[in-house]
Amino acid sequence: MARKPKRSQKPAAPRRRPMRSAVRSARLPAQQALDLRRCEQFLLHEARLLDDGKFDDWLALFTPDAWYWVPSEPNQADPFETVSLIYDDRRLLETRVRRLASPRMYSQEPRSRASRIVGNVTMEETGQNASTVRSKFMMIEYRREQQRLFGGTALHRLVQNDGRIMIAWKRVDLVNCDAPLDGITIPF
Amino acid sequence: MTEDLSQFFQPGRVHRQIYTDSAIFDLEMERIFGTAWIYVGHESQVKNPGDYVRTFIGRKPVVLVRDAGGTIRVIHNQCAHRGSLVVANDKGNAPEFQCCYHGWTYHLDGRLKAVPLQHGYPQDFDPGNPKTAMVQLPRVTSYRGFVFASEAADGPSLEDFLGYMTTSLDDMIDRAPDGEVEVAGGVFRHAYDGNWKLYLENLCDAAHPLFTHRSSIDAALQQSDAVHSDGSGEIAIRQMRQNGAPYSFWESQVGIWTYPNGHSYLGDYHDDAKLVAAFKDPVFRDYIAAMEKKKGKDETRRVLEVRRWNSNVYPNVSFMSQFQQLRVVHPVAVNRTVVHTYNFRLKGAPEKMFRDTISFANTVNGTGSLVLTDDLEIYNRIGMGLSSAGAEWIEIGRGMQSDAPVEHGGRRGQNSTSEVYIRNMLDAWLGYMTPPPYPPPQAGEGREGV
Repeated sequence: MARKPKRSQKPAAPRRRPMRSAVRSARLPAQQALDLRRCEQFLLHEARLLDDGKFDDWLALFTPDAWYWVPSEPNQADPFETVSLIYDDRRLLETRVRRLASPRMYSQEPRSRASRIVGNVTMEETGQNASTVRSKFMMIEYRREQQRLFGGTALHRLVQNDGRIMIAWKRVDLVNCDAPLDGITIPF
Repeated sequence: MTEDLSQFFQPGRVHRQIYTDSAIFDLEMERIFGTAWIYVGHESQVKNPGDYVRTFIGRKPVVLVRDAGGTIRVIHNQCAHRGSLVVANDKGNAPEFQCCYHGWTYHLDGRLKAVPLQHGYPQDFDPGNPKTAMVQLPRVTSYRGFVFASEAADGPSLEDFLGYMTTSLDDMIDRAPDGEVEVAGGVFRHAYDGNWKLYLENLCDAAHPLFTHRSSIDAALQQSDAVHSDGSGEIAIRQMRQNGAPYSFWESQVGIWTYPNGHSYLGDYHDDAKLVAAFKDPVFRDYIAAMEKKKGKDETRRVLEVRRWNSNVYPNVSFMSQFQQLRVVHPVAVNRTVVHTYNFRLKGAPEKMFRDTISFANTVNGTGSLVLTDDLEIYNRIGMGLSSAGAEWIEIGRGMQSDAPVEHGGRRGQNSTSEVYIRNMLDAWLGYMTPPPYPPPQAGEGREGV
């Protein structure tokens, strides 16, 4: 049977502490700008949540009208005129994450394990309270005797409110977005 | 493997070997994909002379191309010199095709145009020989823009092959106010480790959503509609909830109709109330206005009363006229299949309608969809499960007692949980796989009509 993603992993907690303190320090009254260092820390935090299967916590990073997009074509202009591997508005993203917790999600029985590396982080646009960040990622997914390697470019639109950084939108362009693929079940 | 393939059938059962035996797969490529009308593409994918699309008939690489004179051709994608693949891009426009090995050049219709060092070949070398070419498939025909090709020089015409299924293709086109559709909105490509037949055998299966799609049904039912949606999530969630309809719905509101040559469709029984509900949607109202302006009220009503979900033209294509989807099955190996899915734009319909088509495609055909991922899991699991030494015979007999003949040579299941369409596909399978003269079933053998 599939297991639900664990909500707390006490043994791992001490190692997570520096990350948390970085986020907490952003809640100071004088709000810091969304600069490269803070954005990069945020992306690493996000990748960690996904690796740990903490999808509810990941969802909580998104704004109430956010969208999450994985195009089906290189340089795809928009998600409305062309199909997408994933295009979730906030409502569908919630449904996606809720399904990930279901023991009857058969395409995740057994569960995938994944390891993400995020790098080459650059600022496309830097603002006091909203920035667009470009990064490269590689994700190794292992499930049922098969290992898949995904890689590509992510664009994050990050906003902050009261020092809390959130994702207004996220676009993930896979290098092999137009390849014949078995199902994509866990987010990048 | 024996040549008598009828041994793989019992009433309501099929032997697992036809899904796992690579010798049978090779024979399928020769006798089914090598003779039947195979869907290749749509004319709108090759609008202008020189436009081409690279695809496959069975395992064989071919090119769908519009030649210099405007005729649509399907040619084998192989250089006549040393056998190299000539066309490497998925699609494009070219004045001619040239092999990158020694520069043999071909006209768009596949005829050889030029050979470097031609003086060096023997005297009987004839560049005009139609076999020294990117060889054309002997028969290429379009039904109202949908292009099929057959490797057999003789056989039934495309219209005879399609039979009553032409009405499903008509329904795709008739829904366009301008009476034309075009491929648009990109392609999904899925792959799974299982036999090609499994895909088609799931497309009218109304008994699986409650189990297979349970996780997406539950997640959608629990979703608050107060959360922000730009419209796309709303369509997806509505569709997932619909998958959770109880058996009583599938057994009373939906039916399966099957026809000769393995074709079938799953459809709603017509219900005026469903149309009335759609009238509330302003985009749908605009669409109806556009339809009525072009076609008149009576014809518009007739078109909208046709309610078909998946229409399957055996052996390689399935389409859905209500949301303008089309899926093409590409067998790769006995345990490996690739499926390409396409969308069509209804010419003359409001722009906004195509957004709904895209949202629907993402929901039911998307590689990352909350629905299709569990279907792919099933195909993979059948691929793995059939390699066990468990039950030898696969049960496909549900609803068999209540199969009833229908017009146009068909056979109807009592309702949409009947496996009649699988039996119908496999009857066609046996017909193709048994070399002529095809022996009719013996009296008392109990197998269903062919």
